[in-house]
Amino acid sequence: ITEVCGAKRVGYFGPAQFYIALKLIAAAQSGFPVRIESIKNELPLPRFMALKNDSEVRYGTPAEIHGVKFQVPHANLEKNSYKRTDEGDKQEPKSPPMSPVCSPPASPSTYQRIPLSYGYGKSRSGLEQQHGAPYEVRHPTHQQEGPSSGNYGAKPALSCSTLNRSLSAEREQQDSSTHYSDDPWRITEEQRDYYINQFRSLQPDLNSFISGSVAKNFFTKSKLPIPELSHIWELSDVDCDGALTLPEFCAAFHLVVARKNGYQLPETLPETLLPEYLQAASLKPMRDCTLFDSYSESLPGSQQTRDFSRTEVRRPEEVPDNSALLQDAKKDDKQALKVSTALKTIPKEFQHLTVKTAAQESNALKARPRSRSYSSTSIEDAMKKGEEPPTPPPRPQKSHSRASSLDLNKIFQQNTQAVRSGWLPPPPPALPPRPSVSQTEQVSEAELHPQMNRNPSQAEENSSAKKEVVLAQPPSKPARRKLRTEAQGLETPELSPTINVTSSLPAVKPHLPVQKQSSKQKRAIQTAIRKNKEANAVLARLNSELQQQLKEVHKERIALETQLEQLRPVTVL
Amino acid sequence: VLVSVICSSPQNYPLYIRSVPTENELKFHYTVHTSLDVVDEKISAMGKALVDQRELYLGLLYPTEDYKVYGYVTNSKVKFVMVVDSSNTALRDNEIRSMFRKLHNSYTDIMCNPFYNPGDRIHSRAFDNMVNSMMMQVC
Repeated sequence: ITEVCGAKRVGYFGPAQFYIALKLIAAAQSGFPVRIESIKNELPLPRFMALKNDSEVRYGTPAEIHGVKFQVPHANLEKNSYKRTDEGDKQEPKSPPMSPVCSPPASPSTYQRIPLSYGYGKSRSGLEQQHGAPYEVRHPTHQQEGPSSGNYGAKPALSCSTLNRSLSAEREQQDSSTHYSDDPWRITEEQRDYYINQFRSLQPDLNSFISGSVAKNFFTKSKLPIPELSHIWELSDVDCDGALTLPEFCAAFHLVVARKNGYQLPETLPETLLPEYLQAASLKPMRDCTLFDSYSESLPGSQQTRDFSRTEVRRPEEVPDNSALLQDAKKDDKQALKVSTALKTIPKEFQHLTVKTAAQESNALKARPRSRSYSSTSIEDAMKKGEEPPTPPPRPQKSHSRASSLDLNKIFQQNTQAVRSGWLPPPPPALPPRPSVSQTEQVSEAELHPQMNRNPSQAEENSSAKKEVVLAQPPSKPARRKLRTEAQGLETPELSPTINVTSSLPAVKPHLPVQKQSSKQKRAIQTAIRKNKEANAVLARLNSELQQQLKEVHKERIALETQLEQLRPVTVL
Repeated sequence: VLVSVICSSPQNYPLYIRSVPTENELKFHYTVHTSLDVVDEKISAMGKALVDQRELYLGLLYPTEDYKVYGYVTNSKVKFVMVVDSSNTALRDNEIRSMFRKLHNSYTDIMCNPFYNPGDRIHSRAFDNMVNSMMMQVC
């Protein structure tokens, strides 16, 4: 299977390979031969770890390998489960059919490499439970719910973020060692958002505590027996101060959710629920949780959720570069601020942007777009709970900013300068170590070209910002070694209008229709700033790498000189 | 060597009893219960200083067994009584004090739990774990 899906060829399991592999596993388990053609059939979900499996044929178009589509239904379910109050019938994955593809999320959710997806399944079941439906939670639960999750209307951005996260989780194989699919103690994005909202309802200030009595009343509502609640409290109140901070509250809530789903309470607090763990997220990409405190302090409360989700998302991808991650986090911070100030359409745009890019680039694992999707997702989550999940936006979204940039040429003139200057290095904070410095240099060259071409036309400013966004995306794709192609790939899907303007740009893709929205302007500004910061980060990294090389060269030189010295007396007669 | 621990309320009923399983467990229970009288005596006698880490030192109670019973009282009149086997008596005083301190800390942690009502039996697993570790370590 590994060979067939192409993992052997490329040397790793990228999203495409992963999904193909899952389908092949399902095929093999169903008795089909392991061949590419067999995944074209309707297949039941693959069975992992001898779990009872949902044998419903949930796989949609087998040809649809793009992870984002898989994740869309998955994430959709997550969102909807929050809003549901009648989860009793969720046990069977026979949820109303939604859009095409849905099964893969279930598989990934059980797969070891995608703990976050698994977490989705868990949270889903947890939320359902909370709504009162008795549920026998077994391991297959999430698997069954995976497909059912696919059957809900969804927010594409959320799915994108899910996809991105899961994809990155795939790539970050070292994460998988701690994230086995059976881990019910991880808090997923939606769960975290939900907990935070609950926290806010009890205590508006997210930095402060929930007192013991308030928490007691709250958790008593969960109808768990008092001794169990007492034990949950003991586990989650790590500092034993009689009050719950937000991470402690999240941990407690998560334990309640798990308990209601039938999981036995652990004797000690799982590592993933420790407050330090929940708080130290963004500083350590390996970690699950986000930079809780810093974000909550820097942002208004309503945006905190978004930041959490964003940093959470970013975490798995940016293992190789902590500094870049931090910078990204900060950039996203600012971005979040701006986004929050922007209209609600902006989140949608972000969503659409991420969805679009993800759809266009199957291997896209982009920190930036991901975070944007997260921010938009959380905004939407927080504010649009009752709204219809937007359908995946068409390409035009990108052009919105472009159009607006056209309208605001003068405004963005200054930005252009900044954008151009910051344009030089590719913004790949998530760029795995494989693409070396040379690649970044190449990318910078590639980017310089479009940049030069853009100089004359101010209309390109926003598009250059977009391009930065786009360019940011490919670097994270390990499959793309050639930056030229990356840049091209980046540019083509996203910046077609721009490309048309700049002849030197390797243009390929169709035009993105231009739509004008005032929010685009702000978004463009934010994007530009963010890109600049990314560029700074990349430059700094590049600099450090070069310094390193210089040091090594120096060392070599010194070694050679000493050798020479040693040899000289011998030669001297 | 720590044999038994009891934590009793201000009203002198036990909140928590734990012993090393031996055939004389009941005897230990009886011992600690009677020692509560001695504790009360000391409390009333002392007046101000209510917190004394080692209020009760019996030494040899019976010739057949030498064990010592130590007592400890918190500010809220919650009493801890510990029975230790006197194999290593010489080294024991500070250790006893530290053990009582640990017990007291665990007890305050329990009190912090809003789901715990003062006066309830203590079912806390964390508390159990702590006592277990103390018993193991002493042994």
